[in-house]
Amino acid sequence: MDRIPILKMGNFLLVTIQVDMYDRLALNLENDLVTMIRRVEAKGVLIDISAVSIVDSFMGRILGNIASMSKILDAETVVVGMQPAVAITLVELGLPLTGVHTALDVEKGMILLKNKLNLIEEDDDEDKDPDDSTE
Amino acid sequence: MNNALADLLLKNQKEILEQWMKNQLSNNTLREDLMSNENLRRQSQELLDLFLKAVKKGNYDDLNTREYEGIIEMLQGISISRAQQGYSPKETAIFVFSLKEALINTIVKADGDSKEAVNSILIINNLLDQLGIITFETFIRGRESVILRQTQEINEISTPVIRVWEGILALPIIGTLDSARTQIVMENLLQEIVNTGSSIAILDISGVPAVDSLVAQHLIKTVSATRLMGAECIISGIRAEIAQTIVHLGIDLSNIQTKASLASALKLAFAMLQLEVKKGERKIIK
Amino acid sequence: MIALNREIIEIAKELDVVFFRQRLKEHAVKIGMSVLNQTKLITASSELVRNMLKYAGGGQICIEVINEKMQIGIKVTFEDKGPGIPDIHKAMQDGFSTGKSLGLGLPGAKRLVNEFDIKSEIGKGTIVTIVRWKNGL
Repeated sequence: MDRIPILKMGNFLLVTIQVDMYDRLALNLENDLVTMIRRVEAKGVLIDISAVSIVDSFMGRILGNIASMSKILDAETVVVGMQPAVAITLVELGLPLTGVHTALDVEKGMILLKNKLNLIEEDDDEDKDPDDSTE
Repeated sequence: MNNALADLLLKNQKEILEQWMKNQLSNNTLREDLMSNENLRRQSQELLDLFLKAVKKGNYDDLNTREYEGIIEMLQGISISRAQQGYSPKETAIFVFSLKEALINTIVKADGDSKEAVNSILIINNLLDQLGIITFETFIRGRESVILRQTQEINEISTPVIRVWEGILALPIIGTLDSARTQIVMENLLQEIVNTGSSIAILDISGVPAVDSLVAQHLIKTVSATRLMGAECIISGIRAEIAQTIVHLGIDLSNIQTKASLASALKLAFAMLQLEVKKGERKIIK
Repeated sequence: MIALNREIIEIAKELDVVFFRQRLKEHAVKIGMSVLNQTKLITASSELVRNMLKYAGGGQICIEVINEKMQIGIKVTFEDKGPGIPDIHKAMQDGFSTGKSLGLGLPGAKRLVNEFDIKSEIGKGTIVTIVRWKNGL
């Protein structure tokens, strides 16, 4: 126990947090995610927190850490589905999570991730095959 | 011993009611526009019944007993409804205090000079004062609930969230933006973002009279919260003098998309959603 | 001030925090507190209970439903027998931390509640009291 499952979907890792978070669980998630990104060479991480009702400074810091660490490992992180009350509370707390990408729901988060990766690929492939990304 | 007093009052019930009604009707604070005389009489009759029932057992000072539950409940009900109907505190107080006059008159008429009567008058005086205080307290509570409701209504009315396009919300803010307003603006906006799945929100501040560092801070908070949800926020309707004060106060809005008018904000929103607005070809109708 | 309801919870390990937050939420829901105010109250409490575990190894929390001046609200008292805070003024500043955190715990918690009071004595312990009104902003 004490683990949140991480799903692999192609180049992406998908995490849905469905339980009450506590510090140990958040730390384990950070650890597992970073290890997994490295192992499967993931390009994107999507964290769904739509079922999370409390994000305090510790949990916020973990989300920020995950984003920064995955960035170093060349993966983009998107946090999706934050509850309005949680967003307002985080801002009042003084933690606007500026480095983290966000999206309204999983679907929009996936589009955002794909866009980010496509853009990067387009840049790389521009000289060779400009039509590649439209396939 | 004081049961004699209760008996006396009970015996003269009709007379007391008449006297009380007379007192109320002759008072220039009578609000015939708010309540008909028949209704007033019915209310008075009912209250007097409850009052006589309460004093029957000879308890004249402890209002926290079962005997008084009925009358207190009724008094509270009357006070609250009067507060909501727009009666003044004076008009509400007269209702209870004119009963005192009627009761004391009855005692005086029966046996005005005896020591017993003086005692009875004191007791009645005390009791009616206590009932009067209850009326006051409830009346004020009634008023406060009216104020509270109005505040909530004003807050809700003053922060409408409009869906201007699929995926684009607009929120015109009119009036001063204090922390209480900001809270409601944020709540409404974020909830609407969830409900409609919109990814762009335009905050129009044309109707905000002045922007100081506190207001700016509230705006920045709203933008930050919107971003946390995964939507983008554009601030529009910035007047020239507001732009000046923002710079003079050294407020940093460089992280926020700002536009002079709602129209240009909408244009930017369309661009962000990769939408194009084109003039259609004129169709010839034959 | 009238205390309408009262519950005491002992905190000794991290899982007690989860239980405490659930109980706090139940009390808040019972008095009809809005979701936003609930979230603020629980988040602030979450910061404070973390401090308690981290610096004092645990303590006691008292949740009370209180009624004052026609307002109904929830008061939470965090009491520990830890080392105490040497400089409360400093600890209340944004970004100050003796641990490895962001230093948002105490000042952040204060911003999320309507009333905040902290008393600390070196070597004896710390008591933090917060109040969030049902309808307060």
